[in-house]
Amino acid sequence: MVQVKLWGSLRDLADGQEMVEVEASNFKQVLEQLEAKHPALGPRIKRGVSLALDGVIYREAWFTPVSEENEVVLMPYMVGG
Amino acid sequence: MKNFHINTTVNGDEAEFICEPDETLLDVLRNRLGMTGSKEGCGTGDCGACSVILNDRLVCSCLVLAAEAEGGKVDTIEGMADGDKLHPLQKVFIEKAALQCGVCTPGILVAAKALLEKNPDPSETEIRYWLAGNLCRCTGYDKIIKAVQDAAAEMRSA
Amino acid sequence: MAFDENVKTEFKVIGQRVSRPDGIDKVTGKALYGADLSAPGMLIGRVLRSPHAHARIKKIDTSASEAMKGVKAVVVNSDLAEPEDDFFRDVKDNCLARDKALYDGHAVAAVAATSRSIARAAIRAIKVEYEELPSVTDVDEAMKPDAPVVQEGRADETVPAGSGPNVTTYLEFGHGDLEAGFAKADKIIERSFKTAATHQGYIEPHACLASMGADGRGDLWCCTQGQYNVRTICAEVCGIEATQLRVTASEIGGGFGGKTTCFIEPVALALSRKSGKPVKIVMSREEVFRATGPTVSSSSDVKVGMTKDGRITAASAKLRYQGGAFPCGTVEFGAQSAFAAYDLEAVRSYGWNTLTNRPKEAAYRAPGAPMAIYAVESVVDELCQELGLDPLDVRLKNAAKKGTLASYGPTFNDIGLVATLEAAKAHPHYAAPLGENQGRGLSCGFWFNFGGNTCVSLNVNHDGTVGVVEGNPDIGGSRASISMMAAEELDIPYEKVRTVITDTNSLGFNDVTDGSRVTFAVGLATIEAARAAKREMCKRAAQIWGIDAEAVVWEDGAAKPSGPNAGDHPPMTLAEIAADMDSTGGPIAGHHEVNADGAGVSFGVHLVDTEVDPETGATKILRYTVFQDAGKAIHPDYVEGQMQGGAVQGIGWALNEEYIYGEDGRLQNPMFLDYRVPVASDLPAIDTVILEIPNPGHPYGVRGVGETSIVPPLAAISNAVSRAADVRMSELPMSPPRVLKAMSER
Repeated sequence: MVQVKLWGSLRDLADGQEMVEVEASNFKQVLEQLEAKHPALGPRIKRGVSLALDGVIYREAWFTPVSEENEVVLMPYMVGG
Repeated sequence: MKNFHINTTVNGDEAEFICEPDETLLDVLRNRLGMTGSKEGCGTGDCGACSVILNDRLVCSCLVLAAEAEGGKVDTIEGMADGDKLHPLQKVFIEKAALQCGVCTPGILVAAKALLEKNPDPSETEIRYWLAGNLCRCTGYDKIIKAVQDAAAEMRSA
Repeated sequence: MAFDENVKTEFKVIGQRVSRPDGIDKVTGKALYGADLSAPGMLIGRVLRSPHAHARIKKIDTSASEAMKGVKAVVVNSDLAEPEDDFFRDVKDNCLARDKALYDGHAVAAVAATSRSIARAAIRAIKVEYEELPSVTDVDEAMKPDAPVVQEGRADETVPAGSGPNVTTYLEFGHGDLEAGFAKADKIIERSFKTAATHQGYIEPHACLASMGADGRGDLWCCTQGQYNVRTICAEVCGIEATQLRVTASEIGGGFGGKTTCFIEPVALALSRKSGKPVKIVMSREEVFRATGPTVSSSSDVKVGMTKDGRITAASAKLRYQGGAFPCGTVEFGAQSAFAAYDLEAVRSYGWNTLTNRPKEAAYRAPGAPMAIYAVESVVDELCQELGLDPLDVRLKNAAKKGTLASYGPTFNDIGLVATLEAAKAHPHYAAPLGENQGRGLSCGFWFNFGGNTCVSLNVNHDGTVGVVEGNPDIGGSRASISMMAAEELDIPYEKVRTVITDTNSLGFNDVTDGSRVTFAVGLATIEAARAAKREMCKRAAQIWGIDAEAVVWEDGAAKPSGPNAGDHPPMTLAEIAADMDSTGGPIAGHHEVNADGAGVSFGVHLVDTEVDPETGATKILRYTVFQDAGKAIHPDYVEGQMQGGAVQGIGWALNEEYIYGEDGRLQNPMFLDYRVPVASDLPAIDTVILEIPNPGHPYGVRGVGETSIVPPLAAISNAVSRAADVRMSELPMSPPRVLKAMSER
């Protein structure tokens, strides 16, 4: 199981949890499982999110492998100027 | 409104054009004479991107009516290099990375050349005040000022 | 994750200060920018804009305009397609208003005519019947429950019940027990701040030349930070297929984030389709200010607790941003970056975005971060002052480092903040004496940086030269940096490489030039493309020598036999292999396509000395030094240029620049005379110290440098002015009247 950390304002949409456990071996599965477990997260995930894996931020990359060893943090989709 | 028929000299060559009474010198240079090196950044004389020399005077060409060029002499960025030989300011601007996007560069070069013709050895403060009418949003001016100083030194020793 | 196992540390070309390939064109006036191209038979397009801050559009009568001699097309919102996606529909409704004009300057209709004077007259001939509505431009006013409603139904699922009608998003970051943290503090300071909206202020106004036939095939030339993004938007908004629209990016006269979207391009295409002729639209400066994206304005409350010896025990920030008449997510980045420089046990940031009757916000260099970090770094500085502590020591004591749980969620990897702070502390600037009415300020800054979608093609020519084709507009010298990386990897002279930026139909998709991504991501793809070409060249040499390709290595710009064959054949240079390539298998090229991740976050520290004139309240910047972790600096001149340029934009933001709206919701200063960006005589030299802490996510260690530099100046200057004027400043810009007023009230 992979522990995914949600940012504060998403916790209300995930039964108040900060850490959500999902069965996933890559980012695509993380996002699918998050949405399946907590449908209220769906709109936000559709609008765009980034994932930080051990401190490195990924904007997309569905097939990036993850395991329970990794720190996985959901973040808003990065933009820049 | 009746159009004007104007005869003038641009970068040493005779130039002849028809213009509307409210057309600016910048409009004519860009749209009628095909010299797009002078840029319009504001149209109100605030940014200096359209700087040219009219009758030996540094002006914002967006504030000059084209008709005023009748019988006069206009020098633009297109006339700054001598054939394939760059003016020292142009050369040093490239060497010292004094431009980023480059859109303000023609106006700044024209203005800096006018300064060095008046004052071959300006202080940093004199350069900063002379160029205060030329906006640059990329560089923070630092490398521009240093390039003008370097070019001035090179021209003095030439 | 390391991009490759051995990050290169010894360089021949990287780190040199070579001349840029577009230099001569740019110093002689030959370079072609957005407004510089014309087409035979071209019409002039012009846009009619709302004089009202908020008004229902009851009727637009274009008949008189259409009947004028020389007028070839008039378009309104309904002449554009209807995208399904909110994002594209908002871009469309910003290009031409739907049923309401949402801000002063909002485009309502556009014409194309045979001359500029006819286009002007045609605009005046359009009759628009408006019903004026109450408007709101201030962020705090707009958040109130009884505020005029800018747009209905735009709140997303995160907005708490009971919020005002204009709030579109809410978010919260952080960790730890705030209450327990504040209980441990010896001193707590809580303050409210405001920052004005500022414009990117690029010197080149938006401009485009569009040509489209009735079959939806078209060509578009425009100044943009991303031609592919323009194509995507125009295809959606004009209802055409992407491949039928070829977009070519002109040279770009500055962008800073402001040229990452569309304002006039779909309008010009629609006018061209309707008239059957090419149409050119060039914005005036007034249009740029009134109708293109400035950054957000903000209001915030920051609370920080500190022990007597300078340890921060808890910190929180409430950030309220307005991004104009359409939803925007900029506050997300403010809330994430507010406390990024600190290692904190208890921290929280809260963010709200609200709609107002102002132009739609566009990205501006590290969007959202400067105003949040301004507020935080101001409070930290005030605590240092109150507790008699050295502000650099306090930053060092609390600095985020490898292993710190970042306030935005993840645990930091290798970051360069401590090294940057130490460089500032060791610099003579920090110890220089100050005179009367003078003050020194400092601030940390942070930005994420990112990579993104990138394609590069690298072609070997018969004469031994190399062409690199990429798709990201060069704003600050990136063609030089990309050529340098290709030359470094191939081990050939820089002069043998030429990099060009191509149109949308000549290379696969590329993200916009933003997020400080180009040197990182395009560089990475260039290095990979060069490696592919090297592999092919080794293979060709191996065939000529009749040995295994695996037994050939690339060294000193040439293929060399290695292992058991080492020394059997003299090295074969790139030029020699290229000369024979027709006979050895045909053209040699490498290409690489990637959605790059692994850009490193970057930190900066700015030190500034100011003098405040007690008579006038005017602030003079006496000395300014920028310290920034750039990762490997590919072309140091252009790295310094980014650091200096960002600092000076920040100086403008701190001291002069602001969007000023009247009670009527109209913008009062839409010109450079009244919207005052820094000029050369306002400034001293901007000194720079580049720290090169390699990013393990790039083969040469590149981070991104473009954005971080605009983050620290706001607080650094506010802290310097507060110390010089002996009164804590809490609103930007610190224009002379505002400083004078604060001094009189101290």
